[in-house]
Amino acid sequence: MTDVVTARELGVVGCHVCGLVSRAEHVPPGATCPRCHVPLHRRKTNSLARTWALLLAAAVLYLPANLLPIMRTVSLGDVDDNTILTGVIELWRNGSADLAIIVFVASIVVPMTKFIVLGTLLVSAQRKSGWALKQRARFYRLVELVGYWSMLDVFVVALLSALVHFQVLSRVEPKPGVIYFGLVVVLTMLASMSFDPRLIWDRKETDD
Amino acid sequence: MTPGQPLMVCEHCDAVYRRRNLARREVARCMRCGAILERHQWLSLDKQFALIVAAGIVFIIANVEPIVQVSLGSSHATTTLWGAAIAMWNDQSQVVAVLAALTLFFFPLTQILIFGWLLAFARHGERAPGFRQAMVMLHYVRPWSMIEVFMLGSLVAVVKASSYFTVVPGAGIWSFGVLTLMITVFASHDPRQLWHKTAGNDA
Repeated sequence: MTDVVTARELGVVGCHVCGLVSRAEHVPPGATCPRCHVPLHRRKTNSLARTWALLLAAAVLYLPANLLPIMRTVSLGDVDDNTILTGVIELWRNGSADLAIIVFVASIVVPMTKFIVLGTLLVSAQRKSGWALKQRARFYRLVELVGYWSMLDVFVVALLSALVHFQVLSRVEPKPGVIYFGLVVVLTMLASMSFDPRLIWDRKETDD
Repeated sequence: MTPGQPLMVCEHCDAVYRRRNLARREVARCMRCGAILERHQWLSLDKQFALIVAAGIVFIIANVEPIVQVSLGSSHATTTLWGAAIAMWNDQSQVVAVLAALTLFFFPLTQILIFGWLLAFARHGERAPGFRQAMVMLHYVRPWSMIEVFMLGSLVAVVKASSYFTVVPGAGIWSFGVLTLMITVFASHDPRQLWHKTAGNDA
């Protein structure tokens, strides 16, 4: 890994928005990219603190998102409340095992993976750990790539609530769980965006 | 600060590389962290422009045509994307309504309009008025467009509803399918290519 030169060692800085590489030994606060005019910085501002805050907020909301029902089905006076998990089970029992797996992955596996991966990345980056660098980098890219798929169940509830409106015969209504779940997805997306993967590689160097 | 164009920096680990031209299907990856530095842009600007115009037309169809129709006895119901957002608004889930309207309508629309506007000029090698602001905005809007997720969501909704009702997919669901394919094509095209494919005083 000695053949890799970092921007800091070379005295240059890459714009996080447009990618232009500018010459700069030091990047003073308020420096802007000469091409796209957005602020230049070597690392995302307050990356660790912001990511922690957003991730913890998401973790708190994750409880009501899973415990409260996300959808209510009313048919002929028969009321049935579904949480994320019971929705998956119902899909499975009705013979759509394939879709049940997709929903299970999008709604449960993906958010859990995000919490575990981002939490691990935060702790290891804080310790400037040299452990499993390449794997950590890969896991970060995975989280960035799949993060927004968790919105799946939210859209399903929205569509069913709009569609199934047959007065007393049959109705589908959204329940508060779906709001919490939507917020969890947004917060975890913001958390993974505020994490700076460059921190994985920063060891015993000084930040500016 | 002087622009050093032949250099590129890995966005994921800050390693510096010298840019070189890629052949068809080639992808440049960072040697250290494995992140993608750059992909070969296999569609010319003209073709990208054609595709974005097509995406704009399909987007209109996707928004006005019903996604699915469900029937129970002799009563029928259909919904569009906006129908779903409005249903959430009226049922104490305004947060979800706003999220759906932004990620499925406003952000994708902004993306199509801005990219189309930039490409319309870029195919003649020119920079559109407001080029810089438009490029920055495109960068920030990009991760928040969720058409693909909605596509899969409508399939799940169809299957869920079909165990109780007669369900007929509408033109809307097909349009979202086509949009998903188009988005996959655009995913391999980085709008930042426009910085060096247009005449400016910086590159």
